[in-house]
Amino acid sequence: MKALRNWFDSLEPHFHKGGKYENWYALYEAIDTGLFRPADVTKTTAHVRDGIDLKRIMITVWACTFPAMFYGMYNLGWQANTAMADMGIAAVEGWRGGLIELFAGYSADSIWDNLIHGAAYFLPIYMTVFIVGGFWEVLFAMKRGHEVNEGFFVTSILFALICPPDIPLWMAAMGISFGVVIAKEVFGGTGKNFLNPALAGRAFLFFAYPVEMSGDQVWTAVDGFSGATALSVAYSDGMSVLTSQMTWFDAFFGKMQGSIGEVSTLAILIGGVVLVACKIASLRIIIGVMAGMMATSFLFNLTGNPDTNPMMAMPWYWHLVVGGFAFGMVFMATDPVSAAMTETGKLWFGFLIGFMVVVIRVANPAFPEGMMLAILFANLFAPLIDHFVVQANVKRRLARG
Amino acid sequence: MEALLSLFVKSIFIQNMALAFFLGMCTFLAISKKVEAALGLGIAVVVVLAITVPVNNLLYTYLLKDGALVWLGADFAEVDLSFLGLITYIGVIAALVQIMEMVLDKYVPSLYNALGVFLPLITVNCAIMGASLFMVERDYNFSESVVFGIGSGVGWALAITALAGIREKMKYSDVPAGLRGLGITFITVGLMSLGFMSFGGIDL
Repeated sequence: MKALRNWFDSLEPHFHKGGKYENWYALYEAIDTGLFRPADVTKTTAHVRDGIDLKRIMITVWACTFPAMFYGMYNLGWQANTAMADMGIAAVEGWRGGLIELFAGYSADSIWDNLIHGAAYFLPIYMTVFIVGGFWEVLFAMKRGHEVNEGFFVTSILFALICPPDIPLWMAAMGISFGVVIAKEVFGGTGKNFLNPALAGRAFLFFAYPVEMSGDQVWTAVDGFSGATALSVAYSDGMSVLTSQMTWFDAFFGKMQGSIGEVSTLAILIGGVVLVACKIASLRIIIGVMAGMMATSFLFNLTGNPDTNPMMAMPWYWHLVVGGFAFGMVFMATDPVSAAMTETGKLWFGFLIGFMVVVIRVANPAFPEGMMLAILFANLFAPLIDHFVVQANVKRRLARG
Repeated sequence: MEALLSLFVKSIFIQNMALAFFLGMCTFLAISKKVEAALGLGIAVVVVLAITVPVNNLLYTYLLKDGALVWLGADFAEVDLSFLGLITYIGVIAALVQIMEMVLDKYVPSLYNALGVFLPLITVNCAIMGASLFMVERDYNFSESVVFGIGSGVGWALAITALAGIREKMKYSDVPAGLRGLGITFITVGLMSLGFMSFGGIDL
């Protein structure tokens, strides 16, 4: 370790102003502070001692997605292996097949086989996202003189987890490029944007390439296999067909089709509990989302006619476990940058998301899933919510004298 | 009643004047730096729309439409004045904005000063003209045009207030020099419109 530290120290002058590689300082800084504790100390009198800095926060969020990620890989492999057995396909073609056969087989009963099969699809997506997104991040950091921010770790894993398994890699690269550049870097980097970059990239793909991003073909990584997500089953055939296909606990544990990371509500909630316990995710936002979702679905349950629109009859506990609701609630809505900042505002912000997601799922026939769009919509109004909360506080204090 | 309600929701969210049709962009981009001013302008636009669309609807139905003048007598059944449409609507809008300007100057001078030249420019705000033309094209009756006028005004006001909120927050952003000002605002509006796409497929 000492030798490595010394080596870094001997390199450092080259990256400072006037050095040979001063343009590459951001990259040097990112690797250095990623491996070692920064040497900077506070120079003025006032300072706060706190073990939690931005790096620590972002790495925690990143680690909290792991249960969802590993379960997602397992589920992806299980779905694919089952579908292959049904369709009589013996092996995956191409380089993915080679990778899978190097480590495992195609048995749907073996946890290891499923995990490897899933990893052969997920890891290339994640690597593409990480490399392409990282390229933009470092490029902007170098040109604009800010540091490479760990926020990108979170953006990249979240983006990779909300992709459908079958997504072509070039598309994942385009999505993350849009998310990182247009939704974040043009505003100045992490903390200065107003939309969640991962969601903005996903929404961009969703509207630009609807065939590859939605429908029944994309949720299982087997060519020609068609399987609908729980939400589209419920939308087209009604709740009774859905409950005959899977129990609530199937959906809760995540034995269903969907984007890679969003399937298992249980795995997501495990990560969510850690996030809330570490006070990284705001519990108020989560409460707000749940309250909004429950209130709106009750309203639809009571007033709607399930014969004309079967989604009207979907109860709140199903809304919780299907689609991206849990993932969005825990990892996306609580993004501290794009959410409302004030304490009262967080509740309203969450409530707006919960309300919008059910409205889009039930009332909008074009999009069976609404979590992504609901969060983006609420992101737009988060600054306004904050503004009015602050104004109300100002007024109240003025009245108090 | 239900039809009117869905028209109202549709005109606010699904066919949002600013974020779905990109109408009224000049004022939308110029007066969205402060939430208060944006809200004031938004309310002014709601008032103007709520009055001009129904008034234009009456003019269209009873004066301009092909055969509208039949109430004067059977001889007028052939008269078609619809070629006068554009100039009539603009006249109505201009007159109304003048009145509005005087009212604001007298009673809310702070808002009057904040809006500056853009208040008289509401006259040529395409969102307002657009609403009247949509009304004609979609053949709304009187009550529908009242609802449509208010709804599209509220939608526009909502969009400009949200944009102003975002731009106030963007004071802390570090935008590249070449994009500062209008450039980043255009990108912001584009991203907002991505958020409003969530209503895209709703069929009311």
